[in-house]
Amino acid sequence: MTGWLATILIFLPLAGAVLVWLLPVGRFAGPTALLVALAEIGFWINALNQMNFDKAGPAPNFDQRWSWFSDLGVSYHVGFYGFSFWLAGLAVVVMAAAIAYGFWVGRDRPSAYFGLMLFLTSATVGVFASQDLLLFYVFFEAMMIPLYLLIGVWGGPGRLGATVKFVIYTMAGSLLMLASVIVFGLSEGSFDLVSTGTSDNTWIFLGFLVAFAVKAPLFPLHGWLPDAYRESSPEVAAVLSGLISKAAVFGFIRICLFKFPEPFDDFRVLVLALAATGLVYGSLLAFRAQDVRGVIAYSSLAQMGLITIGIFAVSTAGISGAVLQAVNHGLISATLFLLAGTIERRTSTGSFDRLGGMARGRPALATMLMLTGIIALAVPGSSAFAGEFLILLGVFGAGWGWAVAAATGIVLAAMYMLRLISAVLHREPGSAVSEVALDLRPAELGILVPLVACLLALSAWPAAISGHVLGPSISPGAPQERHLTRPNDQPPEGRMDMVTMGPGR
Amino acid sequence: MIDTPSVDWFALSPSLATLGAAAICLLSEAFVPRWILRPFAAFFCALGFIAGGALAILLYIETPHGSLEVADAIFRDRYAAFTQILVMGAGLLTVGVSYSARMREDHIGEYYALLVTAGAGMAFLVQSANLMTLFLGLEWFSVCLYILCAIEIDLVGSLEAGLKYLIIGGMGSAVLLFGSALVYGATGELGYSAIADATRAQDLAGDPILLVGLAMLLAGLAFKSSAAPFHMWTPDVYEGAPTPITGFMAAATKTVALVLMYRVLTVAFPEERDVWTIAVAVLAVISLAWGNIAALVQANVKRLLAYSSISHAGFMLIAVSAANELGVRALLYYLIPYSAISVGAFAVVAARERELGEPVTLDNLAGFGWERPLLGFSMATFMLGFAGFPLTGGFMGKFLVFSSASEAGWNWLVIVGVLATLVSLYYYLAVIRSMYMRPAAELGLAPIGGSPPREIMLSSAAFLAMAVNVGSFFAVQPLVDFARSAAETLPL
Repeated sequence: MTGWLATILIFLPLAGAVLVWLLPVGRFAGPTALLVALAEIGFWINALNQMNFDKAGPAPNFDQRWSWFSDLGVSYHVGFYGFSFWLAGLAVVVMAAAIAYGFWVGRDRPSAYFGLMLFLTSATVGVFASQDLLLFYVFFEAMMIPLYLLIGVWGGPGRLGATVKFVIYTMAGSLLMLASVIVFGLSEGSFDLVSTGTSDNTWIFLGFLVAFAVKAPLFPLHGWLPDAYRESSPEVAAVLSGLISKAAVFGFIRICLFKFPEPFDDFRVLVLALAATGLVYGSLLAFRAQDVRGVIAYSSLAQMGLITIGIFAVSTAGISGAVLQAVNHGLISATLFLLAGTIERRTSTGSFDRLGGMARGRPALATMLMLTGIIALAVPGSSAFAGEFLILLGVFGAGWGWAVAAATGIVLAAMYMLRLISAVLHREPGSAVSEVALDLRPAELGILVPLVACLLALSAWPAAISGHVLGPSISPGAPQERHLTRPNDQPPEGRMDMVTMGPGR
Repeated sequence: MIDTPSVDWFALSPSLATLGAAAICLLSEAFVPRWILRPFAAFFCALGFIAGGALAILLYIETPHGSLEVADAIFRDRYAAFTQILVMGAGLLTVGVSYSARMREDHIGEYYALLVTAGAGMAFLVQSANLMTLFLGLEWFSVCLYILCAIEIDLVGSLEAGLKYLIIGGMGSAVLLFGSALVYGATGELGYSAIADATRAQDLAGDPILLVGLAMLLAGLAFKSSAAPFHMWTPDVYEGAPTPITGFMAAATKTVALVLMYRVLTVAFPEERDVWTIAVAVLAVISLAWGNIAALVQANVKRLLAYSSISHAGFMLIAVSAANELGVRALLYYLIPYSAISVGAFAVVAARERELGEPVTLDNLAGFGWERPLLGFSMATFMLGFAGFPLTGGFMGKFLVFSSASEAGWNWLVIVGVLATLVSLYYYLAVIRSMYMRPAAELGLAPIGGSPPREIMLSSAAFLAMAVNVGSFFAVQPLVDFARSAAETLPL
């Protein structure tokens, strides 16, 4: 069964989605979806047990390949490398939390809703697992369909405008990517990501780069972000910011970095500059935002900038930190959006001038928000600290200026996070905060505590992820010979050891 | 004494079988009692399409090598048989969509007879091997469609649609006939391959008369495939014609026109290849631009789909202009999901029309997805298929079309296609938006009352179309294999 794990992880939720859609009684849709999502986590843990992070050779773990469209060399080819496996783990955890939250809140038209959530899970895991360019594109686009409906049907009052913006932005990027996929695949004679070599075609590279930059989003392509994050329901916003943006991380590493080493170098400074701008700009916007979701949304923009800096630093430390931070940010922003949802349910607003003083009498809410916020602002000892530290370390080699910009962003993160915490929890009780507004219910805690527990576990042992990001060799022609210090080869400098030393307890 | 050529009846059998069904439908009007007329005529019409399709499949199996039959007037090859299967499939679905349409009692028999006769004409047309049979087949199905467009004289715009189609279609036929005359004048030949031989033998490749003839032939076929700038009739006719017929026209007419265009261009005019690839690419770009941009502002769903069909002519013309092996495979493959989606989409529009009793607009689709889950879901997959989203055959079609253009070295055409797709998303998703995201109550839509009509035939047609749409995504390799062996008889 080991060989089938990647395939199972992709298709189990899809089967669940079909089951949920066909269920005659909508009442059962939520529990069924939740069960499927939990089973998915179980399969992921099973896969974690059998994952060989030091696998030699270019083939990924759980490698499976069937020819699909042999005329053009398209195949169903899936498997996991270290970094993509962690992103898939993030996917199953965040999706399970989102489904649980949707079930707790009780969404309308449950069959359609939970079916779409499971479909989205399937597509997202597929993105992280695919080792064929066309298959990747298929999953990448398939994510759009449920997201479009989830925002558009179950979103807030401005949802129609938000969906149009969201779709036009992301599709503009991904259709250019389709052109790139086709030209790359035809010139290589195969769309397989493992067996094809690298390319030095700048235009093809740009097609991919723009698609992922929109998805991340990277400054200045973030125009869709505020509306989409504000108008979706909290759990969908959690998925959008925590999970969907990580498809860009996967794309940057798996495709931009490993398939286009030369153009990657050429555009490195430009991307670093954009990411640094986005980091600082997003942090400032988050600091100025007037509502809970605004802060989280813009902090996502900033954090994705930071992660991108880590990837484009092109050093093992930078990439390890970026992947660790991607998982951190996914968990943090999912938790924060779900918390924002619980706050909005109690006060029917997210606006700061009507919130405040919620800590009194609501210890659970206060503890969860404090804890998540403090991890988010990268207090030493937290997993976010480990991630950001590695990114700073990685980018320092590329030029200390980048490190300064990144460090500025980290300082700003402390500012906006503390502002968020104090605006919600402290000060005088706001006009929308009623005395009778309840503390977090056990069910809500049941959803949020596991997410925070994951963060705490990562804080205790960040090297679990950062030490298992890139295998000894990931792909023929991969540029790690030139840029990346291999974890196995370079103990003397101890770059990888920093991970365990720095933030460890 | 005239020598009669030996007739390969088997090669003609798809047309003949459908014609036989047409005769039964027509006679039923006179001899079958009123109360059973509708199921009787519809059944024999469907049977005609099934028999035609089955014979086309047999013909496909039994014809590994193409040949010229009946005094070199028709081709017997897999290329034609493949297209016939598509046409028959589209026809069969159309019967399902038509079955519960409100129709005047006095022409039920004629309706089905004309429908199946149009199918016969199309089956004949794609086999045509010279300019005479080409024109004969073209007029054969066109005349049927002129009448079908205008048959519902109670319907607002139906008569207008028929008249418009007749005049502009007649104009297109005239252009095509004139072009044929010029080609005949220049080369002295009517058969496609004979034209190519004569061009080669007499070194006529740059001959102005021949080129003008080619241009007019191309224009005539572009009229039928509603490629811009020859699309003027399309929105009005699609809007005015009875909805099932619109679906049939969008699927089948475009299929045969494009398949035939490719055959004529590659078989009869290989020497002028440099000229017509550019011309077709220009047609493709104009169609993509015009169709997509005009569709953006449409509120009436039938008009919207009409402009969308113009833009899809553009996508398929990209494959024609690539003129390589991948291109013809792309064209033939693209037509499979495209035909299914077209019939299916108009079927859903027809269902809503019957429910509301008025033309379907984006506004009055509101809430439809939740009220009629199967039809709504089908419509959503059709729109995603048109837009080229994965998990639908439309995606694979676009992928193949763009690949063929890229292989021909025309990456700029890929970019144009990609941009056109981007624009098209706005209006395709607008349909999904109305169906699912706008509550009917918000728009003050008052249902007529009672539950919507149970239209088993229409629902199954829509379901089948959806199954083809989604199935062709996964089964792309076998379908492309069929397309490849269908294309092997073409000189490339």
